[in-house]
Amino acid sequence: MRQYILRRLLIAVPSLLGISLVLFTVLALAPGDPFSELATNPNVPPEVGLALRAKFGLDDPIYLRYLHWLLAMAQGDWGFSFVSRMNVDTLILQRLPTTLYVIGSAQLLALLVAIPVGVYAATKPYSMFDQIANTLAFIGFSLPTFFTGILFILIFSITLDWLPFVYTTDIKATGVHWFIEALRQAIMPVMVLGLFQAASMTRFVRSAMLDVIRLDYVTTARAKGLGQARVIVRHVMRNAMIPVVTLIALQLPAVFGGAIVTEQIFRIPGIGSLLISSILSNDTPVVMAVTFVFACLVVLFNLVADVLYGWLDPRISLR
Amino acid sequence: MLDTELRMMVDEVKDGRMDRRAFIQRMIGFGLTAPMATQLLAIGGVAMAQSPSPYKPTKRGGGGPLKLLWWQGPTLLNPHFATGTKDQDGSRLFYEPLASWDLDGNLNPILAAEIPSIQNGGLAADGKSVIWKLKPGVKWHDGKPFTADDVVFTCDYANDLATAAVSIAVYRDLKVEKVDDHTVRVLFNSPTPFWASAFVGAYGCIIPQHLLADYKGAKSREAATNLAPVGTGAYKFVEFKPGDLVRGEINPDYHMPNRPYFDTIEMKGGGDAVSAARAVIQTGEYDYAWNMQVEDEVLLRLEKGGKGKTVYATGGDIEFIALNNTDPNTEVDGERSSMKTTHPLLSDPAVRKALALLVDREAIQKVIYGRAGRVTANYLNGPGQFVSKNTSWEFSVEKAIKLLDDAGWKPGADGIRAKDGKKLKLLYQTSINAPRQKTQAIVKQACQRAGIELELKSVVASVFFSSDVANPDTYAKFYSDLEEFQIPMTQPDPALHMKRYVSENVATKANKWQGQNFPRWANKDYDKVVEAAETETDPVKRAGLYIKANDLLWEHTVFVPVLHRLKVGASSNTLKPVISGWANDTDNIQDWYQERET
Repeated sequence: MRQYILRRLLIAVPSLLGISLVLFTVLALAPGDPFSELATNPNVPPEVGLALRAKFGLDDPIYLRYLHWLLAMAQGDWGFSFVSRMNVDTLILQRLPTTLYVIGSAQLLALLVAIPVGVYAATKPYSMFDQIANTLAFIGFSLPTFFTGILFILIFSITLDWLPFVYTTDIKATGVHWFIEALRQAIMPVMVLGLFQAASMTRFVRSAMLDVIRLDYVTTARAKGLGQARVIVRHVMRNAMIPVVTLIALQLPAVFGGAIVTEQIFRIPGIGSLLISSILSNDTPVVMAVTFVFACLVVLFNLVADVLYGWLDPRISLR
Repeated sequence: MLDTELRMMVDEVKDGRMDRRAFIQRMIGFGLTAPMATQLLAIGGVAMAQSPSPYKPTKRGGGGPLKLLWWQGPTLLNPHFATGTKDQDGSRLFYEPLASWDLDGNLNPILAAEIPSIQNGGLAADGKSVIWKLKPGVKWHDGKPFTADDVVFTCDYANDLATAAVSIAVYRDLKVEKVDDHTVRVLFNSPTPFWASAFVGAYGCIIPQHLLADYKGAKSREAATNLAPVGTGAYKFVEFKPGDLVRGEINPDYHMPNRPYFDTIEMKGGGDAVSAARAVIQTGEYDYAWNMQVEDEVLLRLEKGGKGKTVYATGGDIEFIALNNTDPNTEVDGERSSMKTTHPLLSDPAVRKALALLVDREAIQKVIYGRAGRVTANYLNGPGQFVSKNTSWEFSVEKAIKLLDDAGWKPGADGIRAKDGKKLKLLYQTSINAPRQKTQAIVKQACQRAGIELELKSVVASVFFSSDVANPDTYAKFYSDLEEFQIPMTQPDPALHMKRYVSENVATKANKWQGQNFPRWANKDYDKVVEAAETETDPVKRAGLYIKANDLLWEHTVFVPVLHRLKVGASSNTLKPVISGWANDTDNIQDWYQERET
């Protein structure tokens, strides 16, 4: 097992290097530069733009810039934002808690909805409940979040005036009120993201359950006279959850990556909105850092998923 | 006819859909005098205008929070690194210049004790020096006194090329001397009629010497003050999250009486313009939102029964279509649109004049920009004394057809005109932005009727406006026949605005397309006029010279002006923001207050 993990980690190094090289090249080839706003401003002489480009090393050849970046990254220096003129790691760490809170809650909500609904639907396939759950699930994952987000804002903020639609990290209240406000402003984004996730996950849980529920050992358990609840929870779910756990493990990097569209709609200052604004302003170091960290997380959680799978299902051996 | 229209306009002023000055200007257009127009409004039941920025609160603080929504949040808070408007706006909450621009483009003293003038001895008769008297007793947020040393330091800081300050152009050609602790003298190399670019407005913000002296030059980016500003402003810095939030609290030692009104201030960033308009006008979650690049139709709909309204400020921003003087399709020494070529079609003045006749400015204003634009014939639209009255425009397909016929451009079998085997086909590019694409469509339609074929092209804004030398699609390279965009006027003086188009500023491969004269217009008369204006100290003669420069641009159809654009903000019904069309939205932030319902 230990050997397996070590081997996987060693394989991860060249793949991460490859990813970083591709990311860097694509960004370097992309048009635009971070000081474009200076260009139309008659107050700013062109020399300043050129001096800034030189100062941030934008005039060096691509391979040199990549090597500089790689060396710095290896020493834990994530780079320096052109646009904010501050260290990229502070910028990212500032945004991480919000992303974890919102996206984490959404994932949790998705699980809390998907598992009970999926399991119950599978125990009574093609019943009324199953049909309704299925229909809703299809609607749920066919509606994009940018649509449901705006719909929610129109209904709950503008028509009903119940919830705020601008997410703020600075709530002017203390104690219980602070808590209530923090909840209130997170309701809409968490719902939008959570229900979207829940929809596809419900389908997944249901089919995983159906695969198991028809197996002989389940019939045996029932024949032994065990109650329905006990059969479902102890015998069926335990086995059906193995692929579900893997799926969740693979989705976890997204919790750190944020949700670009939803964050933009609700003005959530998370990683996703940082990424999109950095891309728009050509702030390469930030884009590089965010995407690269994201790549690392994906590789890592893939490994975690594989290890978990082997642990949950001893029939699978990892070598 | 005049009667109903007049009534409608008075109503528009009453519920704030038209500003007073716009009304008065229109009335003057009808031949009424300004006092008469004001009288009309008074009869119509609109309160009389007061002196600029009538500040009513009688005590400091007590106004609760002021919540600003900038759909692009500030990403840094050092005014001398502030590349974008958003960064200048954010920095200005904490830092202050010696003077700001008021609504009419006049100077309003902030850190200065008075505005220099010939009368008070502040301005030298030869236009080569200015003496600024500073307000005594002003303190930085950390308690240290503000003195002339800080002003001198600000100039040195910005002037150091290694600092890479974006404000360097303002301070490059001048020297600042300390006269005494509260007096500085600014010395110019040559007579400078517009002396108020240094230490005024966004790039005029004074920075503290005691905190930044060690971080001048190459070490500039390491200063902690870049992210945690210490200024003299009405609000003290509390928290900054780049792109997301700037937060401040009242400065109890602020140097102006009864100011500021609000106890805390926050500037939230992110999202898009339409939802920002909603958050202010419809739900009232925020008090003010900036830069409402939203179609007027949408704004009007939001304003119905909403909690807020749109506010307008008139400056000199101009949206135009530029006509290429060089040939974008011939490459000379690895450069298209080279100065060694002339445009095969647009070198004919008749074609240029025809194009000007084919831009239906009134339709564009009515259908697309609404209250946010005014039709104009001029490239230079303000301040008032610089606006030419010798020019005119009209939209007439018939006249364009006649003009082209007379010049020998005959329609071919496909309806497209041609002369000497050259077809009237033009490429018209602009940045991706819904109103601009609509404008393109309107112009294309009219041109089609006159037998000119336009091919439309739109480029992502971040590419179009970039200074990337390798990219062929930037506005500066101008690899097309026509291009449309907006040039903002950043100060109430035409000097920088008009200097762009002198021949030595042409954008070429040699200067990496950094030259600002992108239409590649070279005209000796224009060069002479602008050069003369730059050192002309007689204000009347100077205004005459810039009017002449504008008329030259008009005569040769260097541009087809589309609209004189206004600055649009969204404000809650009770907030009284002070927005000048000549400066950043927050340039008079100390004067903002809220009118409580009584």
